[in-house]
Amino acid sequence: MNLNLTLIGQAIAFAFFVWFCMRFVWPPVMQALQERQKKIADGLDAASRASRDLELAEEQANETLRESKEQAAEILEQAHKRSNQMIDEAREQARQEGERMITQAKSEIEQEINRAKDELRSQVSRLAVVAAERILESAIDEKQHGKLVDKLAEEL
Amino acid sequence: MAGNNPTPTEYIQHHLQNLTFGNHPEHGWSIAHSAEEATEMGFWAIHLDTLGWSIGLGLMFMLLFRKVAQSATTGIPGGVQNFVELMVEFVDNSVKDTFHGKSKLIAPLSLTIFCWVFLMNLMDLVPVDVLPTLAQKIGAMFGADPAHVYFKVVPTTDVNATLGMSLSVFALIIFYTIREKGVSGFIGELTLHPFNSPNKLVQALFVPVNFVLETVTLIAKPISLGLRLFGNLYAGELIFILIAMIGLWQLPLHFTWAVFHILVITLQAFIFMMLTIVYLAMAVEKH
Repeated sequence: MNLNLTLIGQAIAFAFFVWFCMRFVWPPVMQALQERQKKIADGLDAASRASRDLELAEEQANETLRESKEQAAEILEQAHKRSNQMIDEAREQARQEGERMITQAKSEIEQEINRAKDELRSQVSRLAVVAAERILESAIDEKQHGKLVDKLAEEL
Repeated sequence: MAGNNPTPTEYIQHHLQNLTFGNHPEHGWSIAHSAEEATEMGFWAIHLDTLGWSIGLGLMFMLLFRKVAQSATTGIPGGVQNFVELMVEFVDNSVKDTFHGKSKLIAPLSLTIFCWVFLMNLMDLVPVDVLPTLAQKIGAMFGADPAHVYFKVVPTTDVNATLGMSLSVFALIIFYTIREKGVSGFIGELTLHPFNSPNKLVQALFVPVNFVLETVTLIAKPISLGLRLFGNLYAGELIFILIAMIGLWQLPLHFTWAVFHILVITLQAFIFMMLTIVYLAMAVEKH
């Protein structure tokens, strides 16, 4: 219980330990703690940023999907339109072709009729001459009556 | 355990005597063989057991913490690092709550006080006869009379140890006061409170009164700080010694008191630390 040099010895030891702690223990531990705190804060930050990014990406993906759907619908519509147009065009063409063919056939028929009429006319005139010869039993001078016959043939 | 069948008084006295090395008026520099010799040595003596245990425990604390500090990772901390970080954060929070000045010293100082005082107090939980008996055996091997080998294990039951620390804290209090407020501020604090008056003459009369009051307040800080720790641990140790004398029935009693004492030693270490922080905060803060 007597006060003695131990007191000073203890004070010196105390001072030494405090100095040691201040110099070699406290700073590294504190630094580690602070660095970890920062790391955790950064990690949380990154996580929230990542979730925000994800949200953004989802939104973008949805947007892209919507756009492409729209595009597809547009393309489909265009294709429909085009096919309708093509069908119309084909129909028109076919109609024109048909008309043309009909016209051509009609003119051909006309020509045929005219030619047949001419033939018929000449044959009838010849037949009339032959008939007249038979009737008259006399030879009619073809040259003499040719004009008459032609006139007849004209009238047919 | 001192000698053959010591009386209870002898037993207790033997347990409460430090292993003292000093300059005896008659025997010169030697280890004291009795309490009287130790007293006769006066101031120029040291308690080998107190210093040995306190420095040993301090070194243990330092080496453990230093080892962790060196390998401290910012990643996932392991077991010991977890513990060290827990202590450091606990002390850091206590300091931040109370001490608002800027100082690189206060936090490590508090950590050292808390851990060191706790470790020294912890020696109280070692059964009271184990280490002294061991010391007597070792002493006997070196040819000393076992009855004269004194060994007090708990450094904080030595008033020198606690006052050594509290006086260091006292020096820091004065240092911080002067650093923050200057010598005039320090003197002003001692003389201009608690009584003051706008009248110069009345103030002059108050100065000596204030000086006496404030000096007592100032001196009371380290004395109460040191004696509180000493008194608590000394009383606890004394009860351990008393329990140790009652034979077989000491076991449950010893256990109960030890469990209770776990609280006491932690609390005392914490109180010593907190009061140190509070005193230093008071020294730094302006009124």
